[in-house]
Amino acid sequence: MANLPDTNGFPDIPEAARSSPKRGRLRLSVVWIIPIVAAVIGGWIAVQKYLSQGPTITISFGTAEGLESGTTKIKSNGVDIGTVSTVRLSEDRRSVIVTAKMAPESQGMLVEDTQFYVVRARISGGTVSGLSTLLSGSYIGIDVGKSKQKRRAFIGLAVPPVVTGNVPGRFFLLKADNLGSLDYGTPLFFRRIQVGQVVAYELDQDGRSITVKVFINAPYDQYVTTATRFWQASGIDVSLTANGVSIHTESLVSILIGGIAFETPATSSVPTPAEPNAVFTLFDNWGNAMKLPQGEPHTYVLVFRQSVRGLVPGAPVEISGIHIGEVVSVGMDFDLKTYGVSIPVTVKVYRHLVSEKLTKGGPDALPTDSKAMIDKLVELGFRAQLRTGNYLTGALFIAFDLFPNAPKATIDWSQEPVELPTVPGELQGIEQSLTNIVQKLDKLPLEAIANDLRKSLVALHQTLTDASKLVKRVDADLAPEAKAALAEARRTLEAAERTFSSTNKVILGPNAPVQQELRDALQGVSEAARAIKDLMDYLERNPGALLGGKRSTPPPTPQVSPAKNGGK
Amino acid sequence: MMSAAWRSAAHLGLLSCEGCGLLSRAAEGAGETHCPRCDAKLHLRKPNSIQRTWAFVIAAAICYIPANLLPVMTTITPFSKSEDTIMEGVVLLWSPSSWPLSVVVFIASVTIPLAKLLALSYLLTTVQRGSIKSTRERTRLYRIVEFVGRWSMLDVFVDTFVVALVQLQPLMSVEPGPGVVFFAAVVVLTMIAADSFDPRLIWDQDEVNHGQPS
Repeated sequence: MANLPDTNGFPDIPEAARSSPKRGRLRLSVVWIIPIVAAVIGGWIAVQKYLSQGPTITISFGTAEGLESGTTKIKSNGVDIGTVSTVRLSEDRRSVIVTAKMAPESQGMLVEDTQFYVVRARISGGTVSGLSTLLSGSYIGIDVGKSKQKRRAFIGLAVPPVVTGNVPGRFFLLKADNLGSLDYGTPLFFRRIQVGQVVAYELDQDGRSITVKVFINAPYDQYVTTATRFWQASGIDVSLTANGVSIHTESLVSILIGGIAFETPATSSVPTPAEPNAVFTLFDNWGNAMKLPQGEPHTYVLVFRQSVRGLVPGAPVEISGIHIGEVVSVGMDFDLKTYGVSIPVTVKVYRHLVSEKLTKGGPDALPTDSKAMIDKLVELGFRAQLRTGNYLTGALFIAFDLFPNAPKATIDWSQEPVELPTVPGELQGIEQSLTNIVQKLDKLPLEAIANDLRKSLVALHQTLTDASKLVKRVDADLAPEAKAALAEARRTLEAAERTFSSTNKVILGPNAPVQQELRDALQGVSEAARAIKDLMDYLERNPGALLGGKRSTPPPTPQVSPAKNGGK
Repeated sequence: MMSAAWRSAAHLGLLSCEGCGLLSRAAEGAGETHCPRCDAKLHLRKPNSIQRTWAFVIAAAICYIPANLLPVMTTITPFSKSEDTIMEGVVLLWSPSSWPLSVVVFIASVTIPLAKLLALSYLLTTVQRGSIKSTRERTRLYRIVEFVGRWSMLDVFVDTFVVALVQLQPLMSVEPGPGVVFFAAVVVLTMIAADSFDPRLIWDQDEVNHGQPS
């Protein structure tokens, strides 16, 4: 203020008051604190924002259906761990590449085997999942892997995994001929408790079977042992047995949507728990599952020289009605030398069962060595035979049995597979017998017989003609005489009748003398009987009379006691 | 009214009390001057006006960045949670039916604060460089900045109302985002900056060059 302009020009204006200066002026005003504070807060927020920025990942999907940039979340166990930032088409326009900003805590989840999938509302395996997505829109689910290796670009799954990695349990593989009614999420039952699900299935490389991957939840996976059998529990399994109709089903759910059940058959040996990812056979039904013994089957060839119509692969092979194996294939060989057709039938037989069944007990124990045993059996007449299993369908099965009368056969063990001897089937046997009969009939001198027969017939005709003549002659010559004889006879008979009637009068008439005499005679006898009775009565009372004679006592009252009378 | 000799009160050594309006002569000597009537501090010009204004402008500019980058509103529905920044809101409103609203929001929330900052920076720079050009226009610009200032709170108002009204839990609720704090700070800081600026400074140089009394 040193250079103040002329201030005395306004003498009537009061002069400002002045206070002593407190201190020297700061060159920098305190007000600069405000931008510094603003910068600090802004910087802190920026740093925090930067730190909270997680990694950015890309996931490729087949379709972007339901995915929206900026809105769609990536959730793990229902917690948001990221947001889709952009959705764009890949360069080859075949897939969609989703870029997502992940939360920083998701760092550890983004590893090599982590999988992403879009969760939409879907109905599968009898369960409805992702219902909330109907309102909120789809989200991307994550199945965190176990790898340590980091990864930023992922390929999304088309179908959400049924079982995510953090559920305890084990996976097993089932080999099946066909998929049946299985699907992702199809339930697995153990004693009708749902214990797992189908998580995947795929056609095998060779296209001949299907591998179904199943997951069995933790407490139940211990019941899967090496001897466990799996079967398709879809629908109703009705079987007609000697005991009547039996219906085998799993739960209602499995009837409707299909299912797989498993059970470990009761065996003497203690089964060992199955390894994870162990491979099992998926049988069609419970019966099949329980029918065949586990273990390595042995393959044999049976050559039949008869029609095998009705014999299909899978037909049973039995010993005395016990299932020991099944037909694998039916082939055909043509022998150029004999122009005969032979049919080699390949069968698989669970031989250990055979040996077990055949070596147990018995008067002459068979050798335990399987080759020697089979040799011995064949020597005894062990043969395969085609038999009719079902007369309606004509289905055949193969039965092994002992045919002591069968022609001798030996086994060539150098062949692979080994050929076992066969005998003709029942029907073929009957056919054979009929053929024999026909052949014998053929040998009969039918023509000669016919000639003889014709001669005989001519002779017979002559005889009959002669007989006829004879009869005619008898008619003519004998009849009149016979008539006269008969009249004579009748007259004789009449005379006889008359004689009889007169005799009747003499003997049987009321006043016939014979009757009179007879009546008198009978009266006499009656009197004699009464006298004897009196005598007997007297003797009963006086037995001494027999010795001493009759005393002179008054004679007994002639009337009999009432008791005696009543007795009569 | 163009006159050859414009005299400012400062030039004449006169001080006007900002408290009671009393005009007084500058006193000789060092120290602070006080109004002889109400004892308020007297200045010829607002003290450190340029420095203070710069400080507030810079602070506001710093706050302007997070105000636009951070979400101002968080909408929570049972199935989703969306956070929107001011620009996202503008984009969201940009539709055939509500584009005027979008324009209003854009002007009130994005353009005006930025324009204020630029205008103040321009005024400060010109004053510091002692520019004598378009002094009248610059004064008008300053008046506009000062007038518009309070209306920039529109966005903060909207946000506050929406947050207070849309509380339909559990169906839907709206929560303020951190951006709104910074946005309010921008508005307040620019208002303070405009207030700190002394428009008389625009004319001081003009007087030095022109109005020197003969």
